[in-house]
Amino acid sequence: MQENDLIIKLEHLSKEFDGVKVLDDVSLDIKKGEFVTFLGPSGCGKTTTLRIIAGFTKPDAGSVIMEGKDISEVPPYRRPLNTVFQRYALFPHLDVYDNVAFGLKLQKVPEDEIEKRVKRVLKLVSMSDYEDRDVESLSGGQQQRVAIARALINQPKVLLLDEPLAALDLKMRKDMQIELKEMHKKLGITFIYVTHDQEEALTLSDTIVVMNEGRIQQIGTPIDIYNEPVNCFVADFIGESNILKGRMIRDRRVAFIKHEFDCVDEGFGEDVKVDVVVRPEDIYFTTDPAKCQFKAKVNSCTFKGVHYEMWVDTDTGYELMIQDYDPYPVGSEVMLYIDPDDIQVMKKEREFNSFAAKVKGEGRVEFLDTEFECDTQGFEEGEQAQAVIRFEKVDLLDHEEDADLTGNVEFILYMGDHYHLTIKTDAGENIWVDTNDIWDKGDFVGIKILPGDITLHKVASGNE
Amino acid sequence: MNKRSSWALPYFIFLVLFVVLPLLLILMYSLQDASGNFTLSNITKFFTDKDALGTFALSIEVAIENTLLCILIGYPAAWILADNKLNRSAVTVVLFILPMWINALMRTLATAELFNMAGIQLGKGTLLFGMCYDYLPFMIYPIYNQLKKMDKSYAEAAQDLGATPSEVFRKVTLPLSMPGVWSGVMMVFMPTVSTFAISEFLTNNKIKLFGTIIQENINNSMWNYGAALSLIMLVIIGITTMLQGGEKRAEAEGGLI
Repeated sequence: MQENDLIIKLEHLSKEFDGVKVLDDVSLDIKKGEFVTFLGPSGCGKTTTLRIIAGFTKPDAGSVIMEGKDISEVPPYRRPLNTVFQRYALFPHLDVYDNVAFGLKLQKVPEDEIEKRVKRVLKLVSMSDYEDRDVESLSGGQQQRVAIARALINQPKVLLLDEPLAALDLKMRKDMQIELKEMHKKLGITFIYVTHDQEEALTLSDTIVVMNEGRIQQIGTPIDIYNEPVNCFVADFIGESNILKGRMIRDRRVAFIKHEFDCVDEGFGEDVKVDVVVRPEDIYFTTDPAKCQFKAKVNSCTFKGVHYEMWVDTDTGYELMIQDYDPYPVGSEVMLYIDPDDIQVMKKEREFNSFAAKVKGEGRVEFLDTEFECDTQGFEEGEQAQAVIRFEKVDLLDHEEDADLTGNVEFILYMGDHYHLTIKTDAGENIWVDTNDIWDKGDFVGIKILPGDITLHKVASGNE
Repeated sequence: MNKRSSWALPYFIFLVLFVVLPLLLILMYSLQDASGNFTLSNITKFFTDKDALGTFALSIEVAIENTLLCILIGYPAAWILADNKLNRSAVTVVLFILPMWINALMRTLATAELFNMAGIQLGKGTLLFGMCYDYLPFMIYPIYNQLKKMDKSYAEAAQDLGATPSEVFRKVTLPLSMPGVWSGVMMVFMPTVSTFAISEFLTNNKIKLFGTIIQENINNSMWNYGAALSLIMLVIIGITTMLQGGEKRAEAEGGLI
């Protein structure tokens, strides 16, 4: 029964381009009639996934199952799905009518039937009077509509949309979002949508698939994804958020920013390190000292249209973002509280850097394709070990002369009183760094680790 | 005259001296008899001269054959060169263009020598071979450029809508590459009509083309008739250029996105 509801099933898709993994074991079930959105930053693998479904890209491993049949080897022109391309890809040598009729003409559908269907589908996208127009003479939004009509006329079971609204201006994008949503309702077919715009994803989708670095981070409804992000990446990518280090004291009691709060999360255990997400609109101002959980000083206040965005410094030295309808003057002391419901506790993904290492000799060890000095007492030459480095012990340099190895800043997370950076080394490995210095995404950095900051651990036996 | 347009002055002078003036001279000579009196007899002579008319028809015929041959060989070559999977290096493109670095006359002489060595009778076949060899790069390069800059998403969109690879080629790739083909045709057809060196060396002057007749007249000091023939050729080439140019412009507009 449940299997019958599925229209597309992705099984363990992996893909490499020039040695770079763009998809890493992606599995997903898509239900009939669902509006599914792949959401993520550029290079996260969302477009590759779509192209694999459409058949333009062959996965290195894994398969695409459509209605129970493996279509991995089926060429794109025999797949019962159609695509709306990012830059429309309307044929410039054909007019609107011939563009839309292209698919039907290939199927040798009778001319009068083609005409009827073209008229119907152009009406659906509100482009009825444009049949004879040259596609070049149309505006971006109109070209978009023709592209949708052209894809829909073959009556596909699944419509793939690759960032279809990215080239439109904001107002037009909002209008098209509403129209797409209505079209989806009217047609009842499955839409698979790719975007990097989180707001668009939240507006349109039944289900959002958040992707990063070729992996699915979280699958859920827009409300789930927004309210209960599973990790720092999702929390940071969707909406604004305060992401902070915390400690679960016991069930329903969590400490962060050096204060204790009631929360609703359970099952993490006692005295366990966690990450905490608080949305800026969920921190409330109060004048009642009994309600106040912590005090802060307003640092900046910016009008954002509907609300004011304020940065406050807490009495314990953390910086938080707050959104409120009322402004508070810069410099004023305020009393704040957070509802237990609005605190999202997440399992820590990692607590330290850990690399597979090989002891190269007395006081020398190799990991990340680089040789480091460190204390190797208790280890023999050639022995495999686990090298552990705390996040704050990795030094970043803006030059490579004194560095042990180099890399680029891949992802930056502000944690209230420090930055947590993901650095991708030149060899393609991730190394995480806690720092107070400000770096930009994409910055080229030298990485230095002092001998005293590397601790070697024995690898569990049986593991050659 | 503002500052920027004064930069155009040297080019303007160049054009007047080396393009406009010679053209006017051709026009003048073609409308004069040997003693300098105005006459239309040079023009009417051509249209009554069976030999000249026949040569002209043959020139057009050879030019059409050569152009078709160049398209037939050049299009697939350009298509292969533009395909990233079939051709991974830019070196192959350079190899196709490389013969152009050597003087055409020298290449033609060498080709003739090769035919002699191989004992192949010089004639129309060798003429077409030589022309095709000389002009092929001019056909390949514009088509290659057009195919190379074509957005791949057109082919993908066609496939997505159900077109098999051969249908993608016929209904999308080929029509969208036509501007390149037209450029190629212009660059091959026009020069072939007026060529004389290739026919001289590769047929031992057995086959005379229009260019040869002009050259012969000029060499024999029949400047006025030679000028008239040049003028007629210019007019005919001009008309075909405009016809094709119009078509090409429409296509080129289609190729822009």
